[in-house]
Amino acid sequence: MNTTFIPLNEFRSQMETLRRDKGMDFLRDMIGMDWGEDGLGVIYLLENSATKENISVATRTTDRVAPAIPTVSDLWKIANIYEREVFDFFGIIFNGHPNLRRLFLRNDWVGYPLRKDYDESEAVNPVRMYSENNQNDCTYTLAEDGTIKQIPDTLFDNNEYVINIGPQHPATHGVLRFRLSLEGEFINKVDIHCGYIHRGIEKISEKYPYPQILALTDRLDYLSAHQNRHALCMCIEKAMGLEVTERTQYIRTIMDELQRIDSHLLFISCAAMDLGALTTFIYGFRDREKLLDIMEEVTGGRLIQNYNVIGGVQADITPGFAEKVKTFCKDILNKLNEYNDVFTNNIITRKRMLGIGVLSTEDVISYGCTGGTGRASGWSCDVRKRHPYALYDKVDFKEIIYNNGDCYDRFLVRIDEIKESVRIIEQLIDSIPEGEYKVKTKPIIRIPEGSYHAAVEGSRGEFGVFIESKGDKSPYRIKFRPMGLPLIASMETMLKGNKIADLMAIGATLDYVIPDIDR
Amino acid sequence: MYDFSIITTAIDQFLRSLMPSGLAIFIECVLVGACVLVAYIVLAIIMIFMERKVCAAFQCRLGPMRVGFWGTLQVFSDVFKMIIKEIIDLKRTDNMLYNLAPFLVVLSSVLTFSCLPFAKGMEVLDFNVGLFFLMATSSFGVLGIMLAGWSSNNKYSMIGAMRSGAQMVSYELSIGISMLTLVVLSGTLQLSEIVSRQSDAWFIVKGHIPAFIAFVIYLIAGNAETNRGPFDLPEAESELTAGYHTEYSGMGFGFFYVAEFMNLFIVSGIASTIFLGGWMPLHILGLDGFNAAMDYIPGVVWFLGKTFFVIWLLMWIRWTFPRLRIDQVITLEWKYLVPIGIVNLLIMTLCVVMGWTL
Repeated sequence: MNTTFIPLNEFRSQMETLRRDKGMDFLRDMIGMDWGEDGLGVIYLLENSATKENISVATRTTDRVAPAIPTVSDLWKIANIYEREVFDFFGIIFNGHPNLRRLFLRNDWVGYPLRKDYDESEAVNPVRMYSENNQNDCTYTLAEDGTIKQIPDTLFDNNEYVINIGPQHPATHGVLRFRLSLEGEFINKVDIHCGYIHRGIEKISEKYPYPQILALTDRLDYLSAHQNRHALCMCIEKAMGLEVTERTQYIRTIMDELQRIDSHLLFISCAAMDLGALTTFIYGFRDREKLLDIMEEVTGGRLIQNYNVIGGVQADITPGFAEKVKTFCKDILNKLNEYNDVFTNNIITRKRMLGIGVLSTEDVISYGCTGGTGRASGWSCDVRKRHPYALYDKVDFKEIIYNNGDCYDRFLVRIDEIKESVRIIEQLIDSIPEGEYKVKTKPIIRIPEGSYHAAVEGSRGEFGVFIESKGDKSPYRIKFRPMGLPLIASMETMLKGNKIADLMAIGATLDYVIPDIDR
Repeated sequence: MYDFSIITTAIDQFLRSLMPSGLAIFIECVLVGACVLVAYIVLAIIMIFMERKVCAAFQCRLGPMRVGFWGTLQVFSDVFKMIIKEIIDLKRTDNMLYNLAPFLVVLSSVLTFSCLPFAKGMEVLDFNVGLFFLMATSSFGVLGIMLAGWSSNNKYSMIGAMRSGAQMVSYELSIGISMLTLVVLSGTLQLSEIVSRQSDAWFIVKGHIPAFIAFVIYLIAGNAETNRGPFDLPEAESELTAGYHTEYSGMGFGFFYVAEFMNLFIVSGIASTIFLGGWMPLHILGLDGFNAAMDYIPGVVWFLGKTFFVIWLLMWIRWTFPRLRIDQVITLEWKYLVPIGIVNLLIMTLCVVMGWTL
């Protein structure tokens, strides 16, 4: 991957040119970096959503005490939250950012963990047994004299009716916390708190050898475990120049699609449950169970499957696999009609979803909401079509696009995507070629120096892996592009003026998974 | 027809022969109270078990199966667990109101329950404004719910209570109008009279189209009145965790839970009384042999059978539909059900005046 470095003084104007004149409207990812001697900086992965042209640019500053880079949060809406993440981990101040504060870590955290000179000792950051105080929320700016200044947060004032949805709440599907300012049933303001299950996977990865990192990817978005691992394996294989066998490609593609069906079935169930239709919830889980049984037989796991490895897959598929998958595929198409009868076409469902939480095409691109959410708003953002990998350029499938961008369209996209996944599987399942399922690799895997990037279509959007290697057996810096972070970032636009009940409909149809957001 | 009043009169005469009449009446009151409470609890347990089994059947599951044969003892163990659970005292709550609220809810529900005519002669109160009294007692349950939400000092509870206030007060209106429609048809408010006037045909048949419309409105409004899905917004678990009873534990919660189920029974019981003939057996005009055979089935069986049929209908709705949003709930009531109900009342009046009833 070739990265163009832009000097700090030209950075802002060049980014504006890229955004406005070159049409680089999709900020795929923003990677904070600590280059050691060369300073701290950020790599921006940009894409032109019309021509699918990709570039990566970077900028850096050698000031380690108060590093400052101009913000781009006014050019790409998602940069707002990405910059908070970079600030959290690297302490880079983004000048002009409207609300710069930590995203994942506590406000009283000392130091910036992904910097190479970070002090990990427990004396600095002991386990704090008290809860952080909301009132201490603050934003940071760079004062005239070069010091970092804290400004107390004025997000909510004292006479607003502020209610916490989460961190323990049935509708957040995990430990996510929304602070809502309510006006009766209407939502005035939203503030999103992440980081309740932040495990520092990127930091841990810098110490693990490559094969061990693989185990962590399943724990990001557990509903796209296969795709996540596929992306990481692909990135490492690309870096090593390793060619996997055709059989591996078949197995990987089929497993990715099975995983997508699994995830979408869970999506349908949980969306139904959030809207109060408990019967559909049980139906979805009943059918997902059959799929999990198939997966368990092949991989040995039901949720955390650890199937892909560098150079192939962990174990060969079982003899009855093809038959079982075919039966399941036939079965699930009938079951989809059942869901449609009992839930999708229900008048209450339609009333709850139609026209609620609309995201325009410009918004989804600017927020980088890929996956079903992006496609429901009319953005053709499927990585399988944009940058085909594995066998996706050989199979025939349709990218599902809807144009209204409301909750109902987001729901329909997933239903139709199950059908497309079934089509892909049916094209491949009968023609899995004979051969090795795994190519031999050296016991210790090293990646040549350089930076590498690979992306796959996860169950809920683009999942990207960025590896910066110095030639060691563990990466210098690894960054996973979260699929969910853009989704929850976009909630702010959708929620304003809607009701509490709409938060559940919107949250359910965005289909975020918290471990993937928090990493 | 069995007449239960033979038994009650016999007991009454027996007691009066032994003691002064004041004491006899006192003992009778205690006996009746005990009977009502026992029936209340037994029916609540049956209903909870039924809900779990019906829900399981709709969801292709088995439901409770482990405790006792076919899971029959599950509910008893649940109740036992609920009773031995600690009742947690919360800081910064309005303690008196907080503890009072569940009792208000249960009180309202028991009072209403005791008005139901279970069989001929088997009713606690039978006076000329029975239906009116029943509506009055059922409507102060909302007070308990509002107090629970307010005194818990919890924002979720507060929102739940406000929702339920808006919802229950609104739907009270539709229930009233649909009952009124049937009162126009029956010409009386006395519950025993209402039932006995259905001896030739049930009111839903007698009143044909307007009665059927009133029945549907009553079912929708009754479902909303009992805070059950798709109208379970006051306790929407995916939005407000548990709504107004979030902060309650042990029997505090148990009272709300039982009252909710018994309100469902009451709503269905009223529906079966005023629409489906109550304890009156199925009589078809002209088939005397059939009618005589039907009369051998006791009135309690008829009443409970019809009531549980309506309960089953409501459970079917509960486990099929997604939840409405608060503005949709209020819109449904004020823009659709109330106008339809009022027009329906006019049609019914017209039918009765013109003699177009069966």
